[in-house]
Amino acid sequence: MSALTITNVSKQYDQVKSLDCVSLEISAGSVLALLGHNGAGKTTLIKMILGLTPLTSGEIDVFGAIPGSNMARSFTSYLPENVAFHGSLTGREQMQHFASLKGESKKTANILLEKVGLNHAIDRRIGTYSKGMRQRIGLAQALLGRPKLALLDEPTSGLDPISRHEFYDIIKEMSENGTAVIISSHALTEVESRTDKIAILSQGKLVANDSLENLRTAAALPIRFDIKTKAKNNKKIAQDLGGKSINGHAIELFCNSDKKIQILGQISSFGAKIDDVDIIPPSLEELYRYYSAENRSSNISEGE
Amino acid sequence: MLAITKQELLIARRNMWVATSVALMALFSVVLSMAGGAPTGTLGVNPLIVAVTSITTLSVYFVPLVGLLLSFDAISGEKERGTLALSLTYPLSRAQILIGKFLAHFLVLAFAIGVGLLLVAIISIFKNGGLNMSFTPLLWLFVTSLALGATFLGIGYLVSSLVNQPSVASGFAIVIWLVCVVLYDIGLLGALVADNGGFFTKVIFPWLLVANPADAFRLVNMPDISNNVLSSGLSSASQVSGRIGQIASLFLWPILALFFAWVALKKVKT
Repeated sequence: MSALTITNVSKQYDQVKSLDCVSLEISAGSVLALLGHNGAGKTTLIKMILGLTPLTSGEIDVFGAIPGSNMARSFTSYLPENVAFHGSLTGREQMQHFASLKGESKKTANILLEKVGLNHAIDRRIGTYSKGMRQRIGLAQALLGRPKLALLDEPTSGLDPISRHEFYDIIKEMSENGTAVIISSHALTEVESRTDKIAILSQGKLVANDSLENLRTAAALPIRFDIKTKAKNNKKIAQDLGGKSINGHAIELFCNSDKKIQILGQISSFGAKIDDVDIIPPSLEELYRYYSAENRSSNISEGE
Repeated sequence: MLAITKQELLIARRNMWVATSVALMALFSVVLSMAGGAPTGTLGVNPLIVAVTSITTLSVYFVPLVGLLLSFDAISGEKERGTLALSLTYPLSRAQILIGKFLAHFLVLAFAIGVGLLLVAIISIFKNGGLNMSFTPLLWLFVTSLALGATFLGIGYLVSSLVNQPSVASGFAIVIWLVCVVLYDIGLLGALVADNGGFFTKVIFPWLLVANPADAFRLVNMPDISNNVLSSGLSSASQVSGRIGQIASLFLWPILALFFAWVALKKVKT
């Protein structure tokens, strides 16, 4: 079932078109990463889904409800970017406040605080919390009321690697419980293995929206081989494979995915002359650059 | 809505402004009722009247200030912290947020004023045995102080909704306070001097005076019979607008201020 359907949504701020005909769909229980530069329109899109920002044109449907309607709000949760809760409340008080707004019990609030790993700091004032701890409260409140749709705006910015890991574990659990999750981010390496689908916004346009695998195939970016050899054989092997010799004992080689097996065969035929081989598929960062740049170049050609 | 009130009360409990204003109000009330009683001695004047007059003069400055201090951060602070956007994604209307906050701040105000005036009553009773004293002026002072405070709470929310940073809001709040309780009167006084008893003095001035909630508050709490030269000047002016006009001004202002604050809050983009 489709949890969220966005159809041809545009947003115009004075002269600037911050979103241009964006269409997107997300099904219940899946995780979508929304990627883009600063100012690409990620936060605008999220605020539109929440009903905080009116649309210039287009339509958004949240489980059949209008964004911002009481019904939509009752099953949507939100973690804003850079949220700072009032410093003089304790974590428990802040959380119980949100719980009562969502019609949840104090007990649920405490359970969720425990879940995000704040049980040791539950009665300390938020003013004394670290950035990561404040972000954890933000996540805890986004778990309240078993939301059907969770919108997390840059949830892991400023978090240490272990906290990030825990965050994504919780997000995974949410999606397993049927929540559709949208994470906006520009920390590409994190979302790489943890999302079902990736949508890339560039200058207000949706330039990609697919699984990582399909994006890779469509972009047809070359695969990189990192080969390590003995110094004396290095030049010769580099020449035979058509790669580039680096430092006298490493070779860098790019090829398209259809040539991958062939090159592997060649490499293995060198036997003991090769010390090590790494095969590196195009990273999300490269894909991201590829899709963002594609949009830009097409913009330029339109302009000409 | 009550959840908002509860949260604001929790915040207020730990707010230095609140603690300071309660303490100040209490301190001033004690000092004024001790000192204010001294000159009257055991004369026939109800000693409470004397205290009420002193405290009215104090409250005119103090209550609006507390009201503004409580409210200037209410919306702008949440905007800056990003919690306003978050609150609005909960099933909660903007009016509910505003009224929730208002209820909490109103209670805080009532507490600060109530503590002060209670001390006045207790001290007066101790000093005068006060079994046949009328506490009506004191009660009336309490109610009108709350109306005055509520007005400035509303004005504080309005300012808070219109600007984006709490620091800017606090600047505006101080300016508004200065204008309403100090500059407005000085301006009127200047105009009176310039007019020298003409049309302005007789017709426009009394209404301008009562239009300012702080002055309306002053007039309403002025004892009916007064020997004081300054207050007789004021009370002759208050004859024109009449008690009804003063009370209307004092109790319409909070409603107006809250209404405009609500309009401003509705226009806030998050």
